[in-house]
Amino acid sequence: MLTYVARRLGVNVAVLLLISIGVFLLVRAAPGDPVRMMVNPEQLAAGGPDFIARKRAELGLDDPVVVRYFIWLRDALTGDLGYSFVSRRPVVAVLGERIGPTVLLMGTALLLGLLVAVPAGTLAAVRRNSAADYVSAVVGLAVISVPSFFLGIAAIYVFSLTLGWFPSSGMTTPGDGGGADVLAHLVLPAAILALSIAGPFMRYVRGGLIAELGADYIRTAEAKGAGPPRVLLRHALRNALIPLITIIMIYVPQLLAGAVALEQVFAWPGMGQLAISSIGQLDYPVVIGFALFIAVLVLLCNLAADVLYALADPRISLR
Amino acid sequence: MTTVHSPRVSRRSPARLALRRFLRNRMAVAGAVFLVLVVLLAACAPLIASHDPNAVDLAAFRRPPSGEHLLGTDSSGRDVFARLVYAGRVSLLVGLASALAAVIIGTLLGAVAGVVGGVTDTLIMRAADVVLSFPALVVVVVLAGILGPSAPMLVVVFAACNWPTACRVVRGLALGLREQEYVQASRAFGASRASIIARHIVPAVLAQVAVVGTLLVAQTILLEAVLSFLGLGVQAPQASWGNMLTDAQNLTLIRSMPWLWLPPGLAIALTVLAVNFVGDGLRDAVDPRGAR
Repeated sequence: MLTYVARRLGVNVAVLLLISIGVFLLVRAAPGDPVRMMVNPEQLAAGGPDFIARKRAELGLDDPVVVRYFIWLRDALTGDLGYSFVSRRPVVAVLGERIGPTVLLMGTALLLGLLVAVPAGTLAAVRRNSAADYVSAVVGLAVISVPSFFLGIAAIYVFSLTLGWFPSSGMTTPGDGGGADVLAHLVLPAAILALSIAGPFMRYVRGGLIAELGADYIRTAEAKGAGPPRVLLRHALRNALIPLITIIMIYVPQLLAGAVALEQVFAWPGMGQLAISSIGQLDYPVVIGFALFIAVLVLLCNLAADVLYALADPRISLR
Repeated sequence: MTTVHSPRVSRRSPARLALRRFLRNRMAVAGAVFLVLVVLLAACAPLIASHDPNAVDLAAFRRPPSGEHLLGTDSSGRDVFARLVYAGRVSLLVGLASALAAVIIGTLLGAVAGVVGGVTDTLIMRAADVVLSFPALVVVVVLAGILGPSAPMLVVVFAACNWPTACRVVRGLALGLREQEYVQASRAFGASRASIIARHIVPAVLAQVAVVGTLLVAQTILLEAVLSFLGLGVQAPQASWGNMLTDAQNLTLIRSMPWLWLPPGLAIALTVLAVNFVGDGLRDAVDPRGAR
């Protein structure tokens, strides 16, 4: 088990290094001279070309590309991703304060999505080829076909502007910010994000449950006198939900991608909104920090998916 | 799997059977009919739209729908209906081009992985795993943020992010096909791997690849829409269904001008739904064992 985890970790670190080279090359491709971005204009004007040349040497900008890559990598590993061009604060701090709202949005959406997907998928599997199964399949396809940002705009139109049930933007009302206030702001974006994963999750639950219900141990349980609810819940569903752990891990990056658009629509102060507004302001260090964050998150989720899959199902042998 | 190679071309050829199964699926047929309509509308845009989609008319901005402007005008006084029809061209083209590119790359790499095997196979499939775990949306967000947004970049990134889906399917099929007697025979006659891939593998997997490709078209149309909505895809003044909704980030406009955001939103949703229905129908028609 440990060697397996170590090997998967090794592969992921290798991939991360490859990505970091790509990101580093992007940093170089980004327009804008770092010296001019860092030093204030008066000092720059007073110093003249000599001053800029000295600063460039000080910053190591004249070193060979390979040397600069390793310096950049060392800084990145110690949590130094440079400073935001806009707020002049460390990139890590700027990103850090946005993680909380995004995790809250994604976590709520994941929970809501599962609360819908598991019962719906179970119903579709048990009543296979019934009207309910058919309807759930069509609805599942429909929710992945409607763009979530459009659903968001429509929800704002109906529930915020027309009915006035929920606030349309932000995470808190100025001057309030209590739990109930955040919850009211959370309802619309989280529900729409939940829809986008409920469809595929429902199909996975249905498929997994149908496979389990056909297995021999189900017939054994029935033969031993277990009633249908017990067979379904205690035996089949329990086993059918195991692969879902892996699928959730694989869907976390997708969920984040979905959050990017919804955060923009609902002005939710998360990482996605930060990324989009940083692009608008040409704040490259923040965009690059976002890229690295995503790369690490994706690879961690992959690793977690591999390991959890192996842990949850003893039939899988690890090599 | 080998249906395409059935030697007997009778009235009940596999292709004909697949077509019959497809036609029995009402949702798929409805989707196909709707798509034909959308493609016709987009293709004949100059004949249908009575206004220039990019003509700015500041005297007639934010007008509600009327006889003159079927779906009203936007904030620059441009005719929303004309933009909707012309935007269809861009959105469909980006979707088709990137899905096609992804499928071609994926089919070739998948066939190579399946036929050659060994280290090549491991490397290609590992790369596929890694690429597949990165959402294309996030990749475009980062690249557009640094290199600047453009429609050609969308196509390149979508193709680069989506080839693994086709690659996995084709590799799986190729592993089975490789062991078939007719492939073994042509190998014994000295056929090169390239010719085996071109003559035996690729033709045999086309049906399944078409299914993957269709579902990819749906995904890429959605992606283009989201990115253009965020301002990172197709750039104004060229209209795409996604960037027509960009203005709808303003509460006043959402409330007072539903004709601005409702039609492009519905166009995306219905088109993607139709493509998904067709893709589902194709899958069931091509591979009836996988049917529900």
